[in-house]
Amino acid sequence: MTNWISIAIDAVYVVAVLIFILGLKALSGPETARKGIVYAGIAMLVAVAVTFLGFVDTSFALTIPVANLGLIFLGVAVGGFGGYYWARVVKMTEMPQMVAMFNGMGGGAAAAIAAVELLSTLSDHVTSGLSVAGAIIGSISIAGSMIAFLKLQGWMPSKAIVLPARQFVNTGVLIVGVACGVLTLWTSSLFWLAPFFILLLLYGILLTLPIGGADMPVVISLFNALTGIAVALDGFALVNGPLGDAGYAMVIAGTLVGASGSLLTLLMAKAMNRSVGNVFFSAFGATEETGVTMKGSLKPIEASDVAVMMEYANQVIIAPGYGMAVAQAQGKVKELADLLEAKGVPVKFAIHPVAGRMPGHMNVLLAEAGISYDKLFDRDEINAEFPNTDVVLVIGANDVVNPAAHRQGSPLQGMPILDVEQAKNVIVNKRGQGKGFAGIENDLFYRDNCHMLYGDAQTAMGKLVNALKK
Amino acid sequence: MAADLWTALFIALLAVFVGYEVISRVPTLLHTPLMSGSNFIHGIVLVGGIVALGLATNLPEQVIGLVATVMGAMNVTGGYVVTERILSMFGRAKAKGGAP
Repeated sequence: MTNWISIAIDAVYVVAVLIFILGLKALSGPETARKGIVYAGIAMLVAVAVTFLGFVDTSFALTIPVANLGLIFLGVAVGGFGGYYWARVVKMTEMPQMVAMFNGMGGGAAAAIAAVELLSTLSDHVTSGLSVAGAIIGSISIAGSMIAFLKLQGWMPSKAIVLPARQFVNTGVLIVGVACGVLTLWTSSLFWLAPFFILLLLYGILLTLPIGGADMPVVISLFNALTGIAVALDGFALVNGPLGDAGYAMVIAGTLVGASGSLLTLLMAKAMNRSVGNVFFSAFGATEETGVTMKGSLKPIEASDVAVMMEYANQVIIAPGYGMAVAQAQGKVKELADLLEAKGVPVKFAIHPVAGRMPGHMNVLLAEAGISYDKLFDRDEINAEFPNTDVVLVIGANDVVNPAAHRQGSPLQGMPILDVEQAKNVIVNKRGQGKGFAGIENDLFYRDNCHMLYGDAQTAMGKLVNALKK
Repeated sequence: MAADLWTALFIALLAVFVGYEVISRVPTLLHTPLMSGSNFIHGIVLVGGIVALGLATNLPEQVIGLVATVMGAMNVTGGYVVTERILSMFGRAKAKGGAP
C-alpha cells in the first residue's frame, strides 16, 4: 500500500527512531540525562499515535473491525494508567523491582505478540520461526523478571534457591521447550504451542531462582537486554505482514536496547568482578563456606561513644549500603555530615559501585538528600584513604565491605570491596546480627577495630545526630 | 517479501553498533537511569501489540492481543515514570547547589 498514509507512517517512524537514538545518547550523559527521557517519551508518543493511521484507508474509513479498535483503546487505557499509577505510588527504595516489573511486562507483551503471530501465520515458516524465537526470549524475560521482582520486593526469599540436579533439569526444560516450538513449526499445528510457552516460562523461573538478591542488578539488566531482542525479533516477524512499517520501528528500538543493554550488563558484571555466566550459573551465595571459624567477638557500642569518637576524628568516611535505603535514613545522614563539618571534621562518602540493589543506587539517594557530588567517591578513589582515616561509619552495608573477599576459598573471593577494615576505627550500623544479602559471614565485624552500632539506620543516625548536638 | 526481511536485518545490524557506541562511555552513576530508560524504549513493543490486536481475526487472537497491548502500555508508562523519578533526584541535587 503505497498511498500517502503509508508514506506518512513511515516518515513519522523515521523521525521517532531518530529521536529515540538522540534520547538514548542524552541518557548516557549526566548533564543531559533528564532531557534524554523526555526525548524518548516524545518519540514513543508519536510512534504510538501514528500507528493508528494504519487502521484507516485514504478516505479515513476504518479497515479493521470496530471491536478491535475498542479493545485497543481499552488495553492502552488499562495498561497505561495501571503502569503510571503503580510507578507513581511506589517508594523510591522500590525502584529496582519496578524496573524488573515493567521490563517483565515488555517481555510478556513480546511473547504475546509472537503468540498472535503464530496463531495467524503458521503456514509461513520464516515469519513463524522468528515468532518462535521472539516467544522464547520474551517468555524467559517475563518469567525471570517476575522472580526478580518478587525477590527484591521481599515477597519470596531473596537468597539463592537451589534445587537438586539444577543444571540438568534446567537444560532439559529449555531443550524440551524449544523442541515444542520447533514441532509447532514442523507440524504447523497449534497442539505444541501451550507446552511450548509453559516450559519456557518455567525455564525463566528456574533460571532466576538460584540467583541471590545481591546479583539482581546484573540479572535485571540482562533481562532488559533480552526483552529488547525479543521486541526486535517480533519486529522481524511483523515486517512481512500488513502494517509492516511498525515492524521496522520495533526492529530498530529493540535492537538498540538489546545492544546497549548487553553492554550495560557486561559493565555491571565487571564492576562486581564477575562474569555474566558466573552470575547466572554459579548459584552465588547458596554455598556455605566451611571450616572457617570467626575469631574475636561482636562488640556493641553506644551512639554517644560513636559521637565522641567522630568529633575528634581527623576525617570521617561514610560507607552506605542497602540498609540506609530501606530505613530512608539519607536525610539523617546528611544532617550528621553537616553537623560534623560544622565542627571541622571533614566527611567523605565511599560509594561501592554495587552498594544497594542497583548501580548508582546510593548516588541517587544521597543526591536526593542534598549531599553534593564532590563528597562522593568511587571505590578506586577512596580505598587508599582508609588507612589514614580515624573513623569509618558503615551504614547498612555488608557484602561490599567484607574482607572475606581477599581470602582464598571464600565465596566472595575476588569481589572488589571497600577496604574499610584498614581504618583506625570502624563503626558498623546494622539492624541485627544477620548476614548480608549474599548470606556470608562478615569477617569485618569480628575485627578488633570494629564496633557494632545496632539499630535501624534512621533511628541510629537520629541518636548520633542528637548526641553530636549536645 | 523476503526483501523486507533483509532490509530489516541491515537496519538491525546498524542499530547494534549505534546502541553499542551510544553508551560505551557511560559513568557508573548513570547505569541505573540508563537501564530504566532503555527499559522504557523497548516499550515500543506496544506498537506491535496495537498492530497485532488491530489485525486480530478471531477470539483467541483478540484475547492474547489485548494481553500484549495491556502489558506493552504498562511497560511504556511505568518505564517512563520510573526513569523520570530516578532522574528527578539528580536534578534536585543540582538545584540545591551541588557540584557537578
